[in-house]
Amino acid sequence: MIELINVSYSYKDSMRKQFEVLKNISFKVKNGELISIIGPSGCGKTTLANLIAGYLKNKKGKICENGRDIIAPGKDRFVINQENDLFDWMNVEENVSFFADNKKKVLEYIKLVGLENCKRKYPYELSGGMKKRVSIARALAANAEVLIMDEPFNSLDYSIKEKLYDDLAKIWKKTNKTIILISHDIEEAIYLSDRIIILNNRPASIKKIFNVPFSYPRNSGLKDSVRFMNIEKQIKEELIHL
Amino acid sequence: MKNRFIQVILTVFIILFIWQFSYFIFQIKNPLIPSPFQIFLALKEVTLSGEIFPHILYSLERVLVGFFMASFIAISLGLFCGYSKKIGSLLEPLVEILRPIPPIAWIPLAILIFGLGDRSSYFIIFVGAFFPIFTNTFFGARSIPKVYINLAKTGNIGVYSYFKNILLKFSLPYIFTGLKIGIGMAWMSLIAAELIGAQSGLGYFIQINRLLLRTDKIIAGMIVIGFLGLLLNQFIKAIEKKCLFWRTENDRAD
Repeated sequence: MIELINVSYSYKDSMRKQFEVLKNISFKVKNGELISIIGPSGCGKTTLANLIAGYLKNKKGKICENGRDIIAPGKDRFVINQENDLFDWMNVEENVSFFADNKKKVLEYIKLVGLENCKRKYPYELSGGMKKRVSIARALAANAEVLIMDEPFNSLDYSIKEKLYDDLAKIWKKTNKTIILISHDIEEAIYLSDRIIILNNRPASIKKIFNVPFSYPRNSGLKDSVRFMNIEKQIKEELIHL
Repeated sequence: MKNRFIQVILTVFIILFIWQFSYFIFQIKNPLIPSPFQIFLALKEVTLSGEIFPHILYSLERVLVGFFMASFIAISLGLFCGYSKKIGSLLEPLVEILRPIPPIAWIPLAILIFGLGDRSSYFIIFVGAFFPIFTNTFFGARSIPKVYINLAKTGNIGVYSYFKNILLKFSLPYIFTGLKIGIGMAWMSLIAAELIGAQSGLGYFIQINRLLLRTDKIIAGMIVIGFLGLLLNQFIKAIEKKCLFWRTENDRAD
């Protein structure tokens, strides 16, 4: 379980002026849960992801993983970034196995993300969606318990996104990983998550937490349902009135 | 590629033709201004007699020793300075002061310290090649994306693995740019060093023929220098293509 207790974070800008980015953020993510964090651009969503990943120091408050303080990055929490984070000089198999604990399972994870026919291909030969799949396989091969996905579908076109949503949901259910998804896409957040945390403008604090009442597996027809649209409307209203 | 080769050959041929043609038109009798045909004969003479080959070997040996020393130290130091911000910021100003000093300005000092001979030449070539390789490697290592650094931290892969598998590989395109500039600089520095402080090599060959007033042989020597420089550059480009196979055609500068 990931637990944030009164987490605040500020940094100094180029004029050495202190800027508060996050203020008193507290929430829990249960093991095997998929939560989304959404909020306006620049509110500090990525900063929050970086804090959970352990990349940033000097925070106030506490972030714990299964009761242990998070003070540094670790293989148990793997970040999947918006931009391409694959090593361009390694092929799919080498990228996935680079951080793998058990090299024998690498092919299994490549198969899980549907890239068994591309294991010898290099990143420049892959589409944006395929690169994301490799990133997911790499995180799984590293035996990460928590996947922190920082707007991973941002640069992808609609049809690829739709396919990836369903595949991610399947992989998530199969591996029972904890997923923290940073997003600005309300539809994506509702479609994928158990819960949605809405952040305020900077300094970001939690405005509201929505429970998503739909069971899994979900299908794209769900987006046309009245309940789905109602939740979408409520979240939009929350974001408009920040 | 083939078209470009034909274009180059055609341009050279046209220039040589105009040169040879003007030679006849203006009835140039000055022995210090040779015609392309006389240069061709001189080139044939020095090649068939084997006169130029020992000089080529001496020059190649010097340039390769100096260049490899410079490459090894510059790449290691460049990666290390790019990796450690503290060491990088300490060394960068020193490099920036030394970098604008032309290699030729080091010749008097090199002769005083190392004497006339190979060691002076190695030093001059080293100085010529070091700075472009170092600055390019340093720039490459410093511009490594944050996501790679964060991934390495997440994976807890250790410094050696980080250098070998991430930092070096990421910096390779920059390193090769430095090597291509460096080999050109090494070659130029070599000839400058041999013109002044050596008893063999292509620079020395040119210098001796200056004293003998053989401008045809001087130009023949210059052509050999140009040709060997081109070959070395092509050799590095071939290695670059092999090492950077994972880059798309769009990523390549040339």
